[in-house]
Amino acid sequence: MPKPGVSLPLMRLRERTWSGVRRGPMRHVLRSGTTVGTAVRSRWRRSIQLRMVTYTVVASSILVALFGVFVVTRTTNSLVHAKLVSAKDQIQSGAATAKSYLDQLGQHDESTASVTMLLIVDNLSQGGPGGPVPVVLLYPPAGLTTVAPANSSSTVPIAALNAALVDLRETVGTSHLAHQFVSCAVVNGRPQPCLAVGIPVSSARAGVFQLYYLFPLTAEETAATVTRNTVLVIGAALVLTLAIMAWFVTQMVVRPVRLAARTAQRLSAGLLDQRMEVRGEDDLALLGAAFNQMAVNLQRQIVRLEDMSRLQRRFTSDVSHELRTPLTTVRMAADLLYSNRDDLTPVMARSTELLYAELDRFDELMTDLLEISRYDAGFAVLDAEPTDLVPTVGRVIRGLAPLAEHAGVAVEVRVPDVPVIAEVDPRRAERVLRNLVGNAIEHSEGRPVEVTLGIDEHAVAVTVRDHGIGLKPGEEKLVFNRFWRADPSRARQTGGTGLGLSISLEDARLHGGWLEAWGAPGRGAQFRLTLPVRAGARLLASPLPLVPRDADVATAVALPTAASTSVVATERSGNTTVTVAATNSATVRSDDRTVTVATTSSAADDPTTEIVGPGGDAAGERPPVDADAAVTTETLNDMVVVDVGADDVPGTIDDAADVVSIHRSAGRG
Amino acid sequence: MRARVLVVDDDPALAEMLGIVLRTEGFVPAFVSDGERALAAFREVRPDIVLLDLMLPGMSGIDICRAIRAESGVPIVMLTAKTDTVDVVLGLESGADDYVVKPFKPKELIARMRARLRRGEDAPPELLTIGPFGSQITIDVPAHLVSRNGYEVKLTPLEFDLLVALARKPRQVFTREVLLEQVWGYRHAADTRLVNVHVQRLRAKIEADPERPEIILTVRGVGYKAGTS
Repeated sequence: MPKPGVSLPLMRLRERTWSGVRRGPMRHVLRSGTTVGTAVRSRWRRSIQLRMVTYTVVASSILVALFGVFVVTRTTNSLVHAKLVSAKDQIQSGAATAKSYLDQLGQHDESTASVTMLLIVDNLSQGGPGGPVPVVLLYPPAGLTTVAPANSSSTVPIAALNAALVDLRETVGTSHLAHQFVSCAVVNGRPQPCLAVGIPVSSARAGVFQLYYLFPLTAEETAATVTRNTVLVIGAALVLTLAIMAWFVTQMVVRPVRLAARTAQRLSAGLLDQRMEVRGEDDLALLGAAFNQMAVNLQRQIVRLEDMSRLQRRFTSDVSHELRTPLTTVRMAADLLYSNRDDLTPVMARSTELLYAELDRFDELMTDLLEISRYDAGFAVLDAEPTDLVPTVGRVIRGLAPLAEHAGVAVEVRVPDVPVIAEVDPRRAERVLRNLVGNAIEHSEGRPVEVTLGIDEHAVAVTVRDHGIGLKPGEEKLVFNRFWRADPSRARQTGGTGLGLSISLEDARLHGGWLEAWGAPGRGAQFRLTLPVRAGARLLASPLPLVPRDADVATAVALPTAASTSVVATERSGNTTVTVAATNSATVRSDDRTVTVATTSSAADDPTTEIVGPGGDAAGERPPVDADAAVTTETLNDMVVVDVGADDVPGTIDDAADVVSIHRSAGRG
Repeated sequence: MRARVLVVDDDPALAEMLGIVLRTEGFVPAFVSDGERALAAFREVRPDIVLLDLMLPGMSGIDICRAIRAESGVPIVMLTAKTDTVDVVLGLESGADDYVVKPFKPKELIARMRARLRRGEDAPPELLTIGPFGSQITIDVPAHLVSRNGYEVKLTPLEFDLLVALARKPRQVFTREVLLEQVWGYRHAADTRLVNVHVQRLRAKIEADPERPEIILTVRGVGYKAGTS
């Protein structure tokens, strides 16, 4: 469906202006700043390979990282766990040893206690049960206030140890075996992680002592570091290997695809013998083989079509020549007979006249047929040159003067002040105009024909307006059909081959131009030819409107917006009476062109609504319409489109057409 | 004096019909149906005008046209069944002065022939000079002589008429339609390609650089005019 007339070209125009700006120098300035970002983004968009490698690297990095963390954690944990178990065993044995010493202590024998504690600490650190211990600490019970804790380490001061063990000491209290990882400075005085285990040792009389072992975790930490580094190196190597593999694998796949794309481009550029190289028997070879097969078929088809087209052209040309030569002879003979018809008997004279006249028609028909077949064969060539259409129109009108005079039709020409120069094929442009003006004269029924020229920056336009019987809705498209006749009985009188407008449409298209029709019953018709000023340029808008201003279709149409039963208008024209109830309508106004969408339905049970077909008598019997006649009119893109959805309404098209004209008269009122 | 016409056409019926019409109109026709013998017939008949069918057995009409043009400026009117630009332009470029498209009306053909024959009967003494200094063209109208820098330039009668039409009113712009009427004798609209092709042919003979003409100038969108000093 076409969109509203004005806005679409305008929108396109705006888009075009935008892109024009972006293509201009502005973009150049913008570019220098964002070159890198743009380049990367464009590379990312274009290269499957880059994307695949990136995805692989990201995915494998995540996997390797998870795996590494898992391995390192597991290793460290198991190392620490083993250490912890052995440490607890050791301290329990140590506690037993210590207990055997401490049991001998008296209740307040503080000096002995000091000595005993030092002895125990010394003993245990040197090599108690389970081997030597780096740091052994023995805290006296709370009752022995004057006794200092015994410390086996000479390098770590007791104050530092006290500070490190505050929490653990609380936990151990008098009854728990507990451990804690603390920071201690055993080796080289540097703080380093240590495992501290503590156990209460109750002596028989002197109270509960606390025994602590501190094991530096140097070896475990070293092992963990080594594991971590190993995992890191292996992981990195893995990721790199995967990235390289992904690169090569995608390369393997992408290369033939790129090759296929390049070959396809060459093929589409017309190099039909381009083929892909096929190696091996794998999927890619299959792709290449299938591609080549396609190319072969394509080439065969194209060559076949080209041959056909060439044959068709040859045929057209040959038929043209073969037919024209005898026709020339016939024509000359007929001419000779015709100019001497006074010497013939009346019957023979009349026959000669008929022969002569029909030969003209035959000639026209053949010329038109050959012309259209030339278009069908794609053989029409545009021979464009800058041409002023004003003298062309003048020539056309002078040439048609005898016809206009015979029909009693005045032809008015309206030209702008500037010359209407465009790059057109003068022969074709003239042929189109001759056709349009000739048609208008034939169909204007004695009323004047107006030819208007217009030009703007991009296009030239000629409209040819007549005030004859006009076109019925839908006929704006049909008129361009081959051998289409508005009214078969009229066509016989007016003649014409029935191909004129079809050829004109092809002529306009060959220019990249438009040929459009507007018409309304009883209001005449208007044809508009729009051609680009520069040959081959794309048309966006026409300098002249397709719908004439006096047609009033495009001007204000006042319809009630949502009145279910209100009568819009009643028009009596001839014996056709149409009363319309509007149920739904919308009018969108834009400039001087109006988009009107009106849905009108008439229902049998509504007393205000009746449609009487052209056959009905307005005064007497009115055949009631029992079907819903839904009439939708849309004035879009300067065209009147009328859709009629009714099942069994006689003369529906005419009714619908009248509805259109009623809308118009309602707008005027 | 009755004008001699050489009809080169391979269709016997058309040739015979042409003969009837031409004799009725007061011409003396001679016929040749074979392209190969056309040139010999031309030298023998020494016609005032040639009617040439473009599609011929033996030798194509285009080749015959070139061959005749190589040795004579005699008016050549092509009879063609082809209206395609390529064919018409090719025919005109190979030296034809005008063409009629089959099926033509006898009156149309006779009018075209008479237009080609009616020329230079009693021209008054007239000497025209056009073109910028240094590459001026001098035209001696009654003597049918055109010279450029003192050297004679050979023009066909039609080319000569075209040049004279332009040179008689320097500075005035001639539309193609006006030239068709003045030079070819077309009263109504006709093929403007006739003018284009003949102007090109004329330029090729008289311009120093036909790509940048100085003597016959194109007025874009309008037509042609003679360059002045």
